[in-house]
Amino acid sequence: MDAQHDDTGKAARPVLEAPDIARVLTRIAHEIVERAKGADDVVLLGIPTRGVFLARRLAEKLQEITGRKTPVGSLDITMYRDDLRMRPARALARTDIPGEGIEGSLVVLVDDVLFSGRTIRAALDALGDIGRPRAVQLAVLVDRGHRELPIRADYVGKNLPTSLRETVKVQLAEEDGRDAVLLGVKQATPADTQ
Amino acid sequence: MKRHLISAADLTRDDAVLILDTAEEMARVADRPIKKLPTLRGRTVVNLFFEDSTRTRISFEAAAKRLSADVINFSAKGSSVSKGESLKDTALTLEAMGADAVVIRHGASGAPYRLATSGWIDGAVVNAGDGTHEHPTQALLDAFTMRRRLVGADTGLGRDLDGRRITIVGDILHSRVARSNVHLLTTLGAHVTLVAPPTLVPVGVEKWPCDVSYSLDDVLAKSDAVMMLRVQRERMNAAYFPTEREYSRRYGLDGERMAKMPEHAIVMHPGPMVRGMEITAEVADSDRCTVVEQVANGVSIRMAVLYLLLGGSDTALSAAPARTEENK
Repeated sequence: MDAQHDDTGKAARPVLEAPDIARVLTRIAHEIVERAKGADDVVLLGIPTRGVFLARRLAEKLQEITGRKTPVGSLDITMYRDDLRMRPARALARTDIPGEGIEGSLVVLVDDVLFSGRTIRAALDALGDIGRPRAVQLAVLVDRGHRELPIRADYVGKNLPTSLRETVKVQLAEEDGRDAVLLGVKQATPADTQ
Repeated sequence: MKRHLISAADLTRDDAVLILDTAEEMARVADRPIKKLPTLRGRTVVNLFFEDSTRTRISFEAAAKRLSADVINFSAKGSSVSKGESLKDTALTLEAMGADAVVIRHGASGAPYRLATSGWIDGAVVNAGDGTHEHPTQALLDAFTMRRRLVGADTGLGRDLDGRRITIVGDILHSRVARSNVHLLTTLGAHVTLVAPPTLVPVGVEKWPCDVSYSLDDVLAKSDAVMMLRVQRERMNAAYFPTEREYSRRYGLDGERMAKMPEHAIVMHPGPMVRGMEITAEVADSDRCTVVEQVANGVSIRMAVLYLLLGGSDTALSAAPARTEENK
């Protein structure tokens, strides 16, 4: 109850529920295997916080399909953000690159919501400092539009056309106690675009 | 809201834990092929050193460079200061050059405070050791080393040093490291005992939040970490103890004394060590001694401090440190 009310406004309504999220992730896993022709060189990197949980879930699904373990890690992009100087310095999250490294592999970045694309831009910069993958792809649970950079996702759980007045909040059991994607209306606070 | 780091006593428990947690992530950058982050690009950090120091200066320099800041080193020797320039005029010069942060070491206690509160400069001031007052980043790196060794690097995240018993031995009187450590470690929930000959204990120590003992052997068995301090001969203008041999016999750490410490306990030293005086070579070279680790941790801690003070629009210390979930 409370979780729906905090920053998603009063009328937050679920657009995806737990079974939908599970189905969507299974589909994305199949798409990855298909496009990567077996996914033997795939490395999944989740963007904290919720992207990491999604990446771990995807890794499990990939293992079910291919029978092999897929390396999975996390990539914190805080230090690479372009809006760092617009707010107080933020706490950092963990960057955890699997032991095999990413050199020459197919990195699939995993995030919960694709919005302005700035997070992904930062993630690409962060990746460049860690190694040189064969290719980088992007998987997101929700694409809500309003891109500010020429960035698109390779695997999309759900396309969710939104207005800028709306908020999209992803909840995952690991962090929030339940799985859901909530669509709400932003309370009237000025000065928070981007 | 704190824009400067002048004293370890200014840090709340949450500030200190945030710095340690941030340093833990910074430490991982050192393992990467490219040990550099773009975070402080275009910011200028001035190392203003009125007192000799190699390790602290290069540690701050390495930290600032790993965060892509521009670093200007200013040492008093051979500069305008040796020609008689005052701190104020030096500060105004740095301000005119656009320093975003000034890391200052000064022989006079209180010089960083003066610099931060005088209005001479706009940038953040980081105390890198002032007289016999404080050396907060050293205390932070010591706490970081203790947390990594006694609690664990990953399990320690978000945690303090609750209930750990830390013993600081030696020249407490002249030690800014000891003073900063007493404040910080107490804030982090540790229990600090100072051990020194009575002549090397500062006046007013009974008001510090710690115990004082004159016998090293009494406290060794009850210590999770023992920090040995150098006897600062350069600050001594009188005889504080009869002979070096006597000091060494009563307050030096040798293999026999180390054996009395609990098995998990570590030996620390802020450096530079004087082997044969406060610490024997046997102890200094043992794997319980964290001196080299402390140097490496120093870079991570200073990266964390510079990032938290300069990385955002405003300092992250004692402001809301919460990670925001919007803006995806």
